[in-house]
Amino acid sequence: MPVGHECFIGKSEIVLKSKHLHIFAHTGLVVCALIYSVVISVSDVTFIFHQYERSATVAGEGGLFSGVQLRHAALERNKRCLLAYLYNRLEQIKKMRWEFGSVLPAEVKFNMCEQEVQWFGRYNKMLANYMRSIGGEGGMDLTQDLKPPKTLYIEVRCLMDHGEFETQDGNIVVLKKNTQHFLLRSECEHLIRQGILEHIVH
Amino acid sequence: MSLDNANNYFSIDDILATQQRVPCKVEMPLYRLGYLDSSNEGEHLRPGTKIEMPYWMARALCGRRRNIVSVELPKSYKEGYREILTADPTVVDLHKLGPYFYRFGSELLKFEVPDTPDISKSLLQAFQGRIRKIMDSSQNAFHEDTTKLTEKLDETERILFKAGQCGLNDFQRWETRKTEKLTTSEMVRNHRKRKRGPEEA
Repeated sequence: MPVGHECFIGKSEIVLKSKHLHIFAHTGLVVCALIYSVVISVSDVTFIFHQYERSATVAGEGGLFSGVQLRHAALERNKRCLLAYLYNRLEQIKKMRWEFGSVLPAEVKFNMCEQEVQWFGRYNKMLANYMRSIGGEGGMDLTQDLKPPKTLYIEVRCLMDHGEFETQDGNIVVLKKNTQHFLLRSECEHLIRQGILEHIVH
Repeated sequence: MSLDNANNYFSIDDILATQQRVPCKVEMPLYRLGYLDSSNEGEHLRPGTKIEMPYWMARALCGRRRNIVSVELPKSYKEGYREILTADPTVVDLHKLGPYFYRFGSELLKFEVPDTPDISKSLLQAFQGRIRKIMDSSQNAFHEDTTKLTEKLDETERILFKAGQCGLNDFQRWETRKTEKLTTSEMVRNHRKRKRGPEEA
């Protein structure tokens, strides 16, 4: 029996735990190891198929079919689990583009494997190109105004020190913790979404 | 997570639902797979061996054309449990029986066992009997701990419950004019929380 043979049925469960934990709790290395181990189990199964072929003449072909069928089902299952895992991670990354913005926090990036980082970069680029191509001259930022705007200016309070912030009309506002400002909504919406400012409504 | 991805290849819920075990009897010898049954000493699985398999595996081995294993119904879908469900569906803990009671149940219908029509009927009746209570509790629990309300619900019912809660909360926020306030993204907020945890500890 080749090594790692028994793992080919248990592997799927590991992938599925990701639903109960947080799908993003796995680091990039874990993901790569997971892919590698499933691929290894696939090549093990192919090895077993070849063994079967050799012994088929001895035991008669009909009897071996059932084993092949079972292993094939396990293989397909592992493939499905792995693909579903990767797909759901990608969905998560896609969502992050909209929630965190185009730059991800370092800890999140640390949990992505290299291919995912590349994918995120390409997604970013595609989204930016698309937003530039619509809505006339200057393009249109789709990540703005997720809720219908009511006023042009809004009152905000700083939740943390963020340093200087240059507004469109050239003024420089120092965003210091607990200070309040009256800013153009379109300019500070993304800062609110990132949790740096708090929107004050009366 | 949603209801409509029932047969989606990438749906984690669907994978989990088809993961549950069904009791099977081996009908044809399975060579060199003896280790699947931990109580089995031999190298092969002989015909007549009883073994619990995950649904997806049993599905591949038992169908119209092949009959490598024969499938029995899991206990919670047998007549005894069906009777309990008919008596009063609202008190049964489907999460303990399930967690994907309906989804797994409807998957089981694909094995053409003689009980199939009864199972499908009992699933439908159980759902009809329970939905009213679920809807009622999800529409009336505002700012409350809902764990008690949802602990007996199957995963599908939990999705429905959550949808009801979401609707209620959105409506309340609209009524109190809170919808216009811009807020921090949920992911950012969760990320901060998680980050703060280890530093404090």
